[in-house]
Amino acid sequence: MYAVRMENITKCFGNVVANDGVRFAALPGEIHCLLGENGAGKSTLMRILFGLYRADSGSIYVNEQLANIAGPRDAISLGIGMVHQHFMLAERLTVAENIVAGCEPRRNGLLDYDRARRQIREVSERYGLAVDPNAVIEEISVGQQQRVEIIKALMRGARVLILDEPTAVLTPPEVDELFAVMRALRESGTTIVFITHKLKETMEISDRVTVLRDGKTIGTIDTSDATPDSLVEMMVGRSLPVHDDQRMPPGEVVLLELKDVSVAGRKGSRARLDGVSLAVRSGEVLGIAGVDGNGQLELEEVVTGLRRPSKGRIMLIGKDVTGLDTGRIKDRGVAYIPSDRLKRGMVDSLSLARNSVLGVHRCADFSRRGALLENAVREHAQTIVAKYDVRAESIDQPMGSLSGGNQQKMLVGRELARPHSIVIAAQPTRGLDVGATHYIREQILSSRNTGKAVLLISAELDEVLELSDRIAVIYEGRIVDVRPASQFTERELGLLMTGQRNEV
Amino acid sequence: MGLRGDVSRFAYSAVAVLLALLIGAVLIGASGYSVKEAYSNLLVGAFGGVYSLATTVVMSTPLLFTGLAVAFAFQCGLFNVGAEGQLYVGALTSAVVALALSGLPPALRVIMALAAGAGAGAALGFVPGYLKAKIGAHEVITTIMLNYIAISLTTFMVKAYFRDPGPVDQTVLLPPGSRLPELVPGTRVSLGIVVGILAVALLDRVIRGSVLGYEIQAVGRNPHAAEYGGVNVRARTIQAMMISGAVAGLAGSVEAMGTLYRFIPYFSPGYGFTGIAVAVIAGQSMWAVIPAAVLFGALQSGGQSMQLFAGIPMELMTMVQGLVILFVAAPTLGSMFLGLRLRSSEKGGGRA
Ligand SMILES: Nc1ncnc2c1ncn2[C@@H]1O[C@H](COP(=O)(O)OP(=O)(O)O)[C@@H](O)[C@H]1O
Ligand SMILES: [Mg+2]
Repeated sequence: MYAVRMENITKCFGNVVANDGVRFAALPGEIHCLLGENGAGKSTLMRILFGLYRADSGSIYVNEQLANIAGPRDAISLGIGMVHQHFMLAERLTVAENIVAGCEPRRNGLLDYDRARRQIREVSERYGLAVDPNAVIEEISVGQQQRVEIIKALMRGARVLILDEPTAVLTPPEVDELFAVMRALRESGTTIVFITHKLKETMEISDRVTVLRDGKTIGTIDTSDATPDSLVEMMVGRSLPVHDDQRMPPGEVVLLELKDVSVAGRKGSRARLDGVSLAVRSGEVLGIAGVDGNGQLELEEVVTGLRRPSKGRIMLIGKDVTGLDTGRIKDRGVAYIPSDRLKRGMVDSLSLARNSVLGVHRCADFSRRGALLENAVREHAQTIVAKYDVRAESIDQPMGSLSGGNQQKMLVGRELARPHSIVIAAQPTRGLDVGATHYIREQILSSRNTGKAVLLISAELDEVLELSDRIAVIYEGRIVDVRPASQFTERELGLLMTGQRNEV
Repeated sequence: MGLRGDVSRFAYSAVAVLLALLIGAVLIGASGYSVKEAYSNLLVGAFGGVYSLATTVVMSTPLLFTGLAVAFAFQCGLFNVGAEGQLYVGALTSAVVALALSGLPPALRVIMALAAGAGAGAALGFVPGYLKAKIGAHEVITTIMLNYIAISLTTFMVKAYFRDPGPVDQTVLLPPGSRLPELVPGTRVSLGIVVGILAVALLDRVIRGSVLGYEIQAVGRNPHAAEYGGVNVRARTIQAMMISGAVAGLAGSVEAMGTLYRFIPYFSPGYGFTGIAVAVIAGQSMWAVIPAAVLFGALQSGGQSMQLFAGIPMELMTMVQGLVILFVAAPTLGSMFLGLRLRSSEKGGGRA
């Protein structure tokens, strides 16, 4: 007997078929992973279950009873709860107020906040969902806001809890905490539908997996029978080639060097970067491992000239470039993939063609006597689109109309096409699906293989481990350890990243 | 901005104008006038015959320049509310130079006077550009302040140094060789409109085909990305404001040398401000400034004959102009508002 079962669900938006005869069934008390690339139709399917969308056809059974879910109210009364990708909390209200909104406990017609707080404490203690009921939403972290959403769903009696890409907004330690909560919920018999596009998480937490691709169900398997490779194949419809390892051995020449670089914090607070010294040689990837917010952004900005260090020197190919602006630094042979692609990397209302030359538009290839060479620019854009498999209708469409993955491919293509000997890649695959992620990682490695020096700054530990020859761990603005990647275990890195140096 | 975007924008503007005229009709009717008489006079006054057409062109010409000036600054993300002041300094400078150079051959005289007017406008545009680039002072505030200064200063200069001996505060009449030649003899249509169209063509090339224009657009749309792309954001900001100022200055030059034949304090009925409306209607396209300017020119010249022959107060036409602006600008403002909201919700949702 299934806790929920969806049969033959079809849902179209205009002429996009988001769900195409989808089957999905979750057992009571299991963690069921709904896996698929961005756009596969995962959110749509679960929104149908939660009553936010109405399926064009198909049927839903809850505890094997045919259910007519016309809206979230129906879903909630059937014991279904959902935590959305984007939270739906009132920023200025407290945790308790948010949780009770819509089902306020009353006493003599008045709101009974004491009872509400008591109930919240109960639920939060039972499942390890620590939150302060009196805190204001806008002042707590994203991870805590997520807990509020979970508590809210549980207090409304959810026996089936849908979590839509809950880990996308979390730091690695927060992910671990969430997983602990999910296990506790499973113990108590709650069914969890966990939406993700990450393989590692799927393997780690789920009991069974249903894979969606292009709006269709590819299959449901027990996680114990799955391997990451088999899941990838189900997700993308083909197996991804192993990274090609034809590479030049790392050279001895230091191409990028930081000497005792610091960035002062705001008045009174500690330095954002504190005496960082690093050297990246030709033909190697130096990965920076760390929990987001420990100085990665400052490091990125300092080496690319977006921010001046308060102390120390930055050397490119033996020359001091401290204090030069980004344009000059890039002109000395730096390809730079910025962590904030929307803010830095592109002008979203300009066309792909225009964006394809941002930063090289003054080169003789693309301009003559102050005039842009339109044909050369277009050809360049076409080349990148073709080589990087950018899915676009035309190079004249605005950059902002592409999906995140395609924007990033365009951007990586542009940067790696410029003459360079150093690559600075900051969060190069953040928010991308498996296919695009794999492709971009491959490009970074092939850059390395041709003798470039790569500085990789990434909050994804997997990525750092997969790509780096050496790893430097950053914690609170300091480099706490640098070693060849093979000499670190994942556990060690995890401890170093969270500042537990002595326990290593 | 593909062709498709331009066409649908044009269709939208046409609907907005029709809607404004429709509401105008209701207002005219409600005020007890004959709608038919009013609008036939409007149409005839704007387009019926050579004289009417000439009046429309004359009224459109300064709006073409000020509209272009504002539209160009938009490309760099700058809101030039200072076209009015730039127009005044351009007009006075051109008039004074055209008078002073009366020894030179007319063609040279006219070209140098125009250049001087553009230069004066650019100089006035430099100030808000520089203040924005160096200390982040918002150009809307600084250009508004400079309007007061420019208008008062030009008035003072006329009174103190360049006054015609007659009873009125104004410069002496330009001799024929210092004027912009008439394009259509017997009307006041001067070569100014041709200069305006050339300016549109030139700035269109700059925006769409030059490195400078590309960088200005990048700065206007995303200064962070522009900086990342090695663009000197400050320099482009100053340059865009100077070019905008030069074009607004030319509005004044062309008025002084082609229509008034002298500088008169307070001569402008707010060309610089109507230019903002023209630019909003034109949107992202430089060429679209021409029909947008003609639209307002036609409402103006048609409105005058409506007043003259049907006795309908000009204020009703001003109101129709206001409605046109409202309807055309509504989607722009709407999307600006929506854009802001989208952005803030992205921020709230974290990365996903
Ligand atoms: N409200 C909507 N309107 C139009 N299209 C939508 C809407 N929601 C989703 N889609 C489309 O349906 C497809 C599936 O989207 P979604 O369910 O969000 O995928 P996933 O959650 O797997 O990333 C995508 O092509 C998406 O663009
Ligand atoms: Mg989704």
